[in-house]
Amino acid sequence: MKDERPTVYPYIPNSVPEVKARMLKDVGAASAEDFYESVPEKLRIKGRMNLPDPLLSECTLKRHVEGILARNKTAGEHLSFLGAGCWQHHVPAVCDEVNQRSEFLTAYAGEPYDDHGRFQTLFEYTSMMGELLNMDVVNVPTYDGFQATATALRMAARITGRCEVLVARTLSEGKLSKIRDYLKPDLKIRLIDYDRLSGHVSRNALQTAISSETAAVYFENPSYLGSIEVAGDEIARTAHDHGAISVVGVNPMSLGVLTPPADYGADIVCGDIQPLGMHMQFGGGQAGFIATRDEEKYVMEFPSRLFGITSTRVAGEYGFGDVAYERTSFALREKGKEWVGTAAALWGITAGVYLALMGPQGMVEIGEGIMSRSRYAMLEMSKINGIQTPFFHSPHFGEFVASFDDTGKTVADINRGLLERGIFGGKDLSGEFPELGESALYSVTEVHTKEDIDRLATALKEVCA
Amino acid sequence: MKNQEPTQLETRYGEPKLRRYHQAKWDEPVIFELTCPGERGILVPEVQEGIRNTAGDVRAALPEKMRRKAPPALPELSQLRVLRHYLRLSQENLGVDLNIDVGQGTCTMKYSPKINDQFARSSKMADLHPLQDEDTVQGILEIMYRFELILKEISGMDQFSLQPAAGSAAIYTNVSIIRAYHHARGDTSRNEIITTIFSHPSNAACARTAGFKIITLHPDENGYPDLSSLKAVISDRTAGLLITNPEDTGIFNPRIEEFVRAIHEAGGLCSYDQANANGVLGITRARAAGFDLCHFNLHKTFSSPHGCGGPAVGATGVSSELARFLPVPVVEFNGLKYHLNYDRPDSIGKVGPFYGVAPVVLRSYAWVMALGARGLREVAEIAVLNNNYLLKKMLAIPGVSAPFAKGKRRIEQVRYSWEELTKETGIHSEEIGLRAADFGVHYWTSHHPYVVPEPCTLEPTESYSKEDLDEYVAILRHVAEEARHNPELVKTAPHNATIHTINHSPLDDPARWAMTWRAYLKKKRET
Repeated sequence: MKDERPTVYPYIPNSVPEVKARMLKDVGAASAEDFYESVPEKLRIKGRMNLPDPLLSECTLKRHVEGILARNKTAGEHLSFLGAGCWQHHVPAVCDEVNQRSEFLTAYAGEPYDDHGRFQTLFEYTSMMGELLNMDVVNVPTYDGFQATATALRMAARITGRCEVLVARTLSEGKLSKIRDYLKPDLKIRLIDYDRLSGHVSRNALQTAISSETAAVYFENPSYLGSIEVAGDEIARTAHDHGAISVVGVNPMSLGVLTPPADYGADIVCGDIQPLGMHMQFGGGQAGFIATRDEEKYVMEFPSRLFGITSTRVAGEYGFGDVAYERTSFALREKGKEWVGTAAALWGITAGVYLALMGPQGMVEIGEGIMSRSRYAMLEMSKINGIQTPFFHSPHFGEFVASFDDTGKTVADINRGLLERGIFGGKDLSGEFPELGESALYSVTEVHTKEDIDRLATALKEVCA
Repeated sequence: MKNQEPTQLETRYGEPKLRRYHQAKWDEPVIFELTCPGERGILVPEVQEGIRNTAGDVRAALPEKMRRKAPPALPELSQLRVLRHYLRLSQENLGVDLNIDVGQGTCTMKYSPKINDQFARSSKMADLHPLQDEDTVQGILEIMYRFELILKEISGMDQFSLQPAAGSAAIYTNVSIIRAYHHARGDTSRNEIITTIFSHPSNAACARTAGFKIITLHPDENGYPDLSSLKAVISDRTAGLLITNPEDTGIFNPRIEEFVRAIHEAGGLCSYDQANANGVLGITRARAAGFDLCHFNLHKTFSSPHGCGGPAVGATGVSSELARFLPVPVVEFNGLKYHLNYDRPDSIGKVGPFYGVAPVVLRSYAWVMALGARGLREVAEIAVLNNNYLLKKMLAIPGVSAPFAKGKRRIEQVRYSWEELTKETGIHSEEIGLRAADFGVHYWTSHHPYVVPEPCTLEPTESYSKEDLDEYVAILRHVAEEARHNPELVKTAPHNATIHTINHSPLDDPARWAMTWRAYLKKKRET
């Protein structure tokens, strides 16, 4: 019986029959069955699981997996204008070089001694984010920007002892859904509408909604819809006047050119670092950050790990370790702040590499380049018959809304036409923001050339006609 | 301090020679100290004239208060200097590939095959935007769909979500589903979750975050809670049970089915924390014991690398009765095309952006495909054989014990105690670990609280050879002997690591702690 010939698995050293036999003998077991004596017969799987036949050789496995992956058509092979929380930026080769190092890629939970490199690189990541954000405390990454926002709001509720949060409606449906699930047990969410002409937070709506119950006022800058909120200072002041905390979500890529939220009164800043050196990976490159001032009442509410710098018993030697570990669920189980665990550390290290490569000048230039290109795309698209750009007079960063209502076509129709021309059109907003009609969110980054944008405009003219 | 080399205790006949290890020490400055004004690590594409002419000066067009006044004070380094800095730091990091990493019991990382990294890094994976037209992402959707089929077969569950971004995120998702289930039945009074002290702390922490009161059961002398102690805390407030099996001790609770039944009879649901399912792949299924939910850590049981702590996936599986509550979207297949279904009105919604960490799913799929059903069974059996082999060797070290279930076999890990050695020498488990680092291996104590005194948890998985295990035990045996003969050497360890004993006190002092370089400089100036 060919099937029963013992296989020596390259990933399993002791699958060598002689080794296995010797070890069984060493422990006085007749077979591996002996080890499962505590698993009741009734719970045992009878026979073998029904799984696909294995592809034992690496060569065969490679053909199989690459064969399936070949059915994907990438944003690199096409011209893509998709963003909406995951952006196509150039990933510097050095970022990939560093994050594929075995030492970082395969490490897990080493001590500050055997994993000194992990602690230092993550400390440097938070330090560089601190410069970008103009804040003194940044966490070791949480899962993603959704989690960062949800946790930032919970932190605000704990700090204020209040149970209602005001959330500007110009955020993604997905993030709102996450926040709702996360705050559900004890916190109320009130949505604050936006001004239809500017895309900005409606100040009237904010004034009406805010009260002595308000724990936090949350808005994003740039907003999910791409426009830059220009009254961040006034929103923060309104929050503070009512004893609430100002929480701002920010795209870190914008901070070479835009004022960091801390400078207009934000108390907690959060977001996603995917743009800083992570490939899109079908959404697998997300990682969340949370930043605050260096005040104990804020620091002690972080659930995440916080890495701090210290000295060692050797003069001049830096050591790193966990700050205020006793606040975490690792130390206190359910008495800790929310929870901590594996999240997205490798992307934190990678974002650190990215910021180190870019430097101050790089972040200014890329921010300006993205704004210029997206403005150009917005202008070119607004010239096309039937296409409107609703928040045209507001400044934007990287993304903008295009409305196709006047073309009489749906975004789905438009995007199908673009796809036929090798272009991924903007994210369809008609479900998320029905009041914007048949609208799509277009993202333009530093990877796009004038020729790319002109090609989009030409294709849109054909498709909209 | 004398030592560094294991000279005073020659290795025994037939035992591995201890390594004269020393970790790399570059004395690498913090990156801000390396800055050289004007240097550039990478250039960004210039804005073409045609764009600039049309778009105008976009910065000048910003309202004054939204225009950043000074560039962020990031370090300035040329490309090679950035690379070299990070490569040096990588050498000051151990990583699983370089050590016998059996010391992180409950979460020991197994070997993560390099071919799978190639798949994850290929353009066909890396350059996919999550919102592309479904027709353009049929390959990755097929991988996700196929992998869910595999997980269903392994667990007996009816439907999976790959969206939760790690094990704890999956636990939280499961608790959210438990809440949604009760609320959908109009039952909003169930506010208690039961777990055990030897289940991962996140079971308690996530359920608390979701608003539940936590009841924690402790083990009896068998190593798991007595059924009567469970029954004593069950009531009409019981929403569910979150439990690991085997628990952190590696002891399988043979009465698990009765636990599940008792919770069910009271109207609660049961969630099986299978983050680490290494010892039971192909042996037993979550559904067989009646569990309603379970989760697997793909960055553990299914070999995806841990990346210093993520990215990761906590795959969540549920029974058909709970499938309608899973996060959106779910991957479906109509025989021709793979499709993301968002139209699920009872769903708890999104637990993270998009669909989770797809490259982790891809790696895990490839890992299973390289092994098949026989291979997965071999994974479990060898992991358990390795563990029982390690157990026998460890118990032969004077001063070590394995509390609970004396003389019984363990599944995939063991929580050991050095209590006897501590009493004899004053050396604590943590110190043993720091000295073990001098021989190039990682060692972890245990989750808090230390129910087992002076604990360490070892889990060999299937990835390590007999020789590897022998070497690891030889290191601990050597350190235990040093504890008796030269305790000062152990107390002052590590000696051969990149750095020396850390001064912990500033890390807990608000006046001195510094989580960023800027905070460090400010506080240094103040003192």
